[in-house]
Amino acid sequence: MSAQTMIRRPSWFTVVGVLGVVAMAFTVWLGLWITPPDQFQGNLARLLYIHPAIATVALYWVGLVAAGGSLLYLWPRTRSLFWDRLAAASVEVGAVFAALTLVTGSLWGRPVWGVWWTWDARLTSTALLLLLEIGYLALRRVPADPAIRARRCAVAALLIAIDIPIVHFSVDWWNTLHQGGTFIDPGFQIHASPSMSWTFLLGFVAFSLLFVWFLGVRYQVEVLQDAIGDQELEVSLSERWSEDTDLVGAAASAPTPGPGTGAP
Amino acid sequence: MWHDAVLVAGKDLRIEARARVALWQVVPFAVLVLVLLAFAIGPNQSSLRHAAPGIFWVALLFSTVLAIQRSVAVESGEGTRDGLRLSGIDPAGIFLGKAAAVGLQLLLLQVVLWAGITFLFDVRVHVVWLALAASLLATVGLACAGVLYGALSAGLRVRDTLLPLLVLPVLAPVLLAGSKAWQAALDGNAASGTQWLKILVPFAVIYLVVGVVLYGPLQEAA
Repeated sequence: MSAQTMIRRPSWFTVVGVLGVVAMAFTVWLGLWITPPDQFQGNLARLLYIHPAIATVALYWVGLVAAGGSLLYLWPRTRSLFWDRLAAASVEVGAVFAALTLVTGSLWGRPVWGVWWTWDARLTSTALLLLLEIGYLALRRVPADPAIRARRCAVAALLIAIDIPIVHFSVDWWNTLHQGGTFIDPGFQIHASPSMSWTFLLGFVAFSLLFVWFLGVRYQVEVLQDAIGDQELEVSLSERWSEDTDLVGAAASAPTPGPGTGAP
Repeated sequence: MWHDAVLVAGKDLRIEARARVALWQVVPFAVLVLVLLAFAIGPNQSSLRHAAPGIFWVALLFSTVLAIQRSVAVESGEGTRDGLRLSGIDPAGIFLGKAAAVGLQLLLLQVVLWAGITFLFDVRVHVVWLALAASLLATVGLACAGVLYGALSAGLRVRDTLLPLLVLPVLAPVLLAGSKAWQAALDGNAASGTQWLKILVPFAVIYLVVGVVLYGPLQEAA
């Protein structure tokens, strides 16, 4: 497989990217200018057009792709570096989304709850998720053979995946301030004006599309990085070889001191 | 598998008994953490007593990292890991054996830490069975998760700095549930403590099962 075929982007992929950006632009426009301020929270409610959507991507989409990819890599029949790279890409994108979840939540929490941070179940488990993802990325940066690194990272991702529900349940009993579903109650009744609901839903669509797009771009970077690694290895190996042959050649062509040359 | 586990645990414990690294480094370190955290909190007896379970579990968690690093280091020199891999011992047996060896050391460490908080912070365990159950379950979880992450970082040059970053967030639920259960045990409030055991049980069981399943693939990756 040449480098040219590796960076070929399928056309549907570009479509997803464009749709994601357009949906995002519409979400911003609707969220900031079209929708009315909330009855109780005023303009603060506008943050809710993006925060739950970002959190959904950070927790569910990322978790699904990372755990699924790692499982499929470890399963001998489906073992392929494709799954490993996909899982790695999703964890990296996931770390960004988890950080964004914390930042947007914090911006909202300060005026509404009165604190930037509280030791609440959701906040704490999201923060721990971010730390676990950073650990995974640190492990990934350790140089190793791609197959070995893939196996190691797949195990790490699965261990992280099983830790998340445990963390979540443990902190759930601890102290809880974060609310449950607000827009849509368990009976799927929507409590908001139509423009607000549509913006809210569009936010989910926009961030999900962007997630798919980021995932694809990150996957390609992963492929290119591996290709560069291989190429560098080959270059340095061939340099080393030519150095060696130069040395051997130089040694062979050097004039051998004949008898009598050292004598005055 | 069980026979192999006993062999590996025996080997690790024999090495510990001879090298005394756990005794002369890990145990003093744990006591040091107790004292340092007490310095940080200040000499107020009632706040120290309130913080005692948390201090106990933080000290235990940090010492777990040291114990795991030691357990990995034992296999890192002179191609011992390859020797172990080539010996034909079941990977699940190696995992269980190493976890058992670490677990036993952690149990002994907890006895020392318990004596430490009793002596330094003047606390008494009122519900002994609850504290014991929490400690035993947490030890299984800590040892299994720790040995798994130890195997994950084995053979890496950056092992010593990477392991704490990987393992400490994973062990966070044990810290939380363990300190809450001990808090209840110290307060004599058994009912509120038992619900925290419900976190420690799945943690121990899941990491035990996952370790038995995943240790083989991990060993090949190291």
